[in-house]
Amino acid sequence: MTSEAPLIEARSLAKVFHRRRLFAAGATGLRAVDDLDLAIHRGETLGLVGESGCGKTTTGRLLLRLIEPSAGRVMFDGHDLTSLDASAMRRLRRRMQIVFQDPYGSLNPRMTVGETITEAFIIHGIGDRTERQQRLNRLLDRVRMPRTAASRYPHEFSGGQRQRIGIARALALEPQFIVCDEAVSALDVSVQAQIINLLQDLQQDLGLTYLFISHNLAVVRHISTRIAVMYLGRIVEAAQTDALFAHPEHPYTRALLASVPVTHPSHRGRRLRLEGDLPAATAVVRGCRFAGRCPHVEDRCRSVDPELAPRPGGGLVACHRVADRTLPWSATHP
Amino acid sequence: MRAADTASARDAASGGAPLLEVVGLTTTLVATGASVLEDIAFTVEAGETLCVVGESGSGKSMLALAIMGLLPPAIRIRRGEIRVHGEDLARLSPAEWRARRGRDLAMIFQEPMTALNPVMRAGAQVAEVLRKRRGMTDDAARGEALRLFERVGIPNARARLSAYPHELSGGLRQRVMIAIALAAEARLLLADEPTTALDVTIQAQILDLLNDLRRERGLGLMLITHDLGVVAEMADRVLVLYAGRMAELAPVAALFDRPMHPYTRALLASIPTSEGPRTRLVAIDGAVPAVGAMPQGCRFRPRCPHADARCEAVPPLVAHEPRHHAACWATAPEDRAS
Ligand SMILES: Nc1ncnc2c1ncn2[C@@H]1O[C@H](COP(=O)(O)OP(=O)(O)OP(=O)(O)O)[C@@H](O)[C@H]1O
Ligand SMILES: Nc1ncnc2c1ncn2[C@@H]1O[C@H](COP(=O)(O)OP(=O)(O)OP(=O)(O)O)[C@@H](O)[C@H]1O
Ligand SMILES: [Mg+2]
Ligand SMILES: [Mg+2]
Repeated sequence: MTSEAPLIEARSLAKVFHRRRLFAAGATGLRAVDDLDLAIHRGETLGLVGESGCGKTTTGRLLLRLIEPSAGRVMFDGHDLTSLDASAMRRLRRRMQIVFQDPYGSLNPRMTVGETITEAFIIHGIGDRTERQQRLNRLLDRVRMPRTAASRYPHEFSGGQRQRIGIARALALEPQFIVCDEAVSALDVSVQAQIINLLQDLQQDLGLTYLFISHNLAVVRHISTRIAVMYLGRIVEAAQTDALFAHPEHPYTRALLASVPVTHPSHRGRRLRLEGDLPAATAVVRGCRFAGRCPHVEDRCRSVDPELAPRPGGGLVACHRVADRTLPWSATHP
Repeated sequence: MRAADTASARDAASGGAPLLEVVGLTTTLVATGASVLEDIAFTVEAGETLCVVGESGSGKSMLALAIMGLLPPAIRIRRGEIRVHGEDLARLSPAEWRARRGRDLAMIFQEPMTALNPVMRAGAQVAEVLRKRRGMTDDAARGEALRLFERVGIPNARARLSAYPHELSGGLRQRVMIAIALAAEARLLLADEPTTALDVTIQAQILDLLNDLRRERGLGLMLITHDLGVVAEMADRVLVLYAGRMAELAPVAALFDRPMHPYTRALLASIPTSEGPRTRLVAIDGAVPAVGAMPQGCRFRPRCPHADARCEAVPPLVAHEPRHHAACWATAPEDRAS
C-alpha cells in the first residue's frame, strides 16, 4: 500500500434517483448510493462487490462524474470533480475511462473498429492522420488484436474480441484510472481468462488504477489488491484481498463469502445461508442497514448507524459488534 | 404417500433401468446435415446429479432440449436413444413425448420468465399442473400449491400464490419453476444454467434446495453450468462437452484430481478460484469451432497443446478407470492409443 494521497476518493457521496409514482402523491427517492466513503490508491485494483442493486454501477458512474451526485464529493488527483466547470472536466475526463459488461451494446455498429478507437483523438484534437494511425496500431497491438481489424465492424468479432476493442478504446487517451463494470462477466471462462490476463498486463505496463466491479467473487479475488464490500448503497467493509478472504469481519461479508461455491468437491459442506433478498433502498433506514438480515443483530443495531472504523487486521468495517469484539468468530457461519 | 407410490411404481415398471440413459445421440442441422451433437452417451441415476460443462456453443442446451423433445425446428435427432425409465422417448410421437414432459421429466431455465406465463398468477400455474397431471380438484390443488411454495422456500408463500411472475425476484421465479416441476412429480430435472442470472447468495439458496429435493425425493438432476465452482459444489459425475462431442465423463473427484482430456485440464486452469494461491490464469487461445466448420479428427486439435498426427482421426471415448472416460489420443491408456 502507498502512503501517497489516493488517486481517487469519494467523500459522503450520495445518489438519490427520483421515481415518479403514478398513483402516489409526490415522488419516492431511491437511495442508490448513500453516504459512501471510498479511496482508491495509485496502481491498485479495488474490487467492488455486493448483491445486484446495491449500487456498484452507480458508484462507478459517480466516480467518473458520468452522473451528478445528490450530495458529497469526488476527489481525483487532488481536484474536486464535483466543482469543476465543463472544460476543466473535459480535460480531466481523458484521464479516466470505463469498460462495460456488454461490449456489443457499447460499440457503435455503424463505425469501424478503427473509427471507434480513434474517435477520441479527433474529439480531443490529438495528432494528424499519420500519428492517429500509428497510435491506433499501437493500441491494437496492446490488446492483441490484428491491425487488419481496424477496417472491420463490431459484429464481425466474438464477444472476447469486442471486449478487447472496448479496452483499446478506453486506453486511447492514456487514462490513469479505469472503471471495469462487469467487464468479464458475459465472457466464457476461457475468454474471461484472456481478458483478465490482458487487464493485468496493461496495469503492469501502464501503471493503471482499476475499480473492478463484479458479482463473481472468485474473479474479484483473483484480480484485486483490495476489496470493498457494498450493501444497500454503502461500503460495509474494505480490506486487502487476502485479509478479507481469510478473515471476513462484517456479518454480510461472511455471508457473501460463505455463498461462493467451493473450488474442490472435497471442500463441500453445509454452510449457513443468508436468507431473503436485498431490501429496497427506498425507506429511510435507521441503524445498520444489514440489521434486518443479520443473524447477530442487537437492539442498538436497529437504532444506531455503525460507522466505518479500523478493522482488526487492517482495513475498515462498519459493525457495532465487530467494533467492541462481541461478534462470535466463524469463517463459514455468518 | 401418493407421490412416493406413483414414483416407486414407475421405478418398478422400468425394471431397474437408469432414470435417464442416452445412447449414441446425434443431432444435426436439418438444412445442411452438419452435426450439432455427436454420439453422446451417458446415464443419470435416481438421486444422482450429473453436471454438464463446456464453453458457449459446445451443445449443452441442445442436449437438454433434445432430451425434452424441444429441439428448435432447425435441428433434429439423427440417431440414438433417449431412455427414461427404460422407454426410448426418441421413438415416441410428439404428443406422447409431450405427455412425458412434466410427468417424467421437467426442465428449468436460466431465465424463468421465458417459461412462466406472464399473465397468470404464480400459484395458479402450479395449481394448473396439479389439476391436469394429478387430477386434483380446485381446492386440493390450491392447498397443494401452497404446500409446494412453502417446500421450495418462498417466504410469505400464501401471499405469493397470487403474485404475477414479474412481481417476483429472479430467485423467487426460479423457486416457482422448481415448484412446477415438483407439482408434476417429475423424477428427472434438467436445469440449464438455473443460477447464472442470480446473485451468489441466492444461487447458494437455490443449489441447496435442489440438493435437498434430490435427496428427499430421489430426483435425478442434470445440471448444466459453465461454473466449475457449481460443479465442485453439486456434481456426483461430470460430462465435459466440447464442440458437440463428449470430451470426458468422470466422477467429480476424479475430474478435479485427475482430468484426462487436455480440454478439461485447460478449463480447470483457466478459472480464478476462491481459495489457494492467486497465480496467473492459463487462457485457452482460440474459440469453439462453429457447427458446419468443425476440424477433421479431434475437434479440440486446433487449440490443443498436445496435438499431433494421430489427432487427425476422431479419438474414441476410452475408459481410464471404470467410470472415467475421455476422448483423447495423447492421454489414452497405452494399449488403446497405439
Ligand atoms: N437511472 C436510474 N433511475 C432510477 N433508478 C436507478 C437508476 N440507475 C440505478 N437505479 C437503481 O439504483 C439501485 C442501484 O443500482 P446499480 O445499477 O448501481 O446497482 P448494481 O450494484 O450495479 O447492480 P447490478 O449488480 O445488478 O449491476 C438499484 O435499485 C437500481 O434500480
Ligand atoms: N436454432 C438453431 N439453429 C442452428 N444452430 C443452432 C441453433 N441453436 C443452437 N445452434 C448451434 O448449436 C450449437 C450448440 O448450441 P448450444 O446452445 O447447445 O450451446 P451451449 O453449450 O448451450 O452454449 P451456451 O453456454 O452459450 O448456452 C452452437 O454451435 C449453436 O450455434
Ligand atoms: Mg451494475
Ligand atoms: Mg446454453
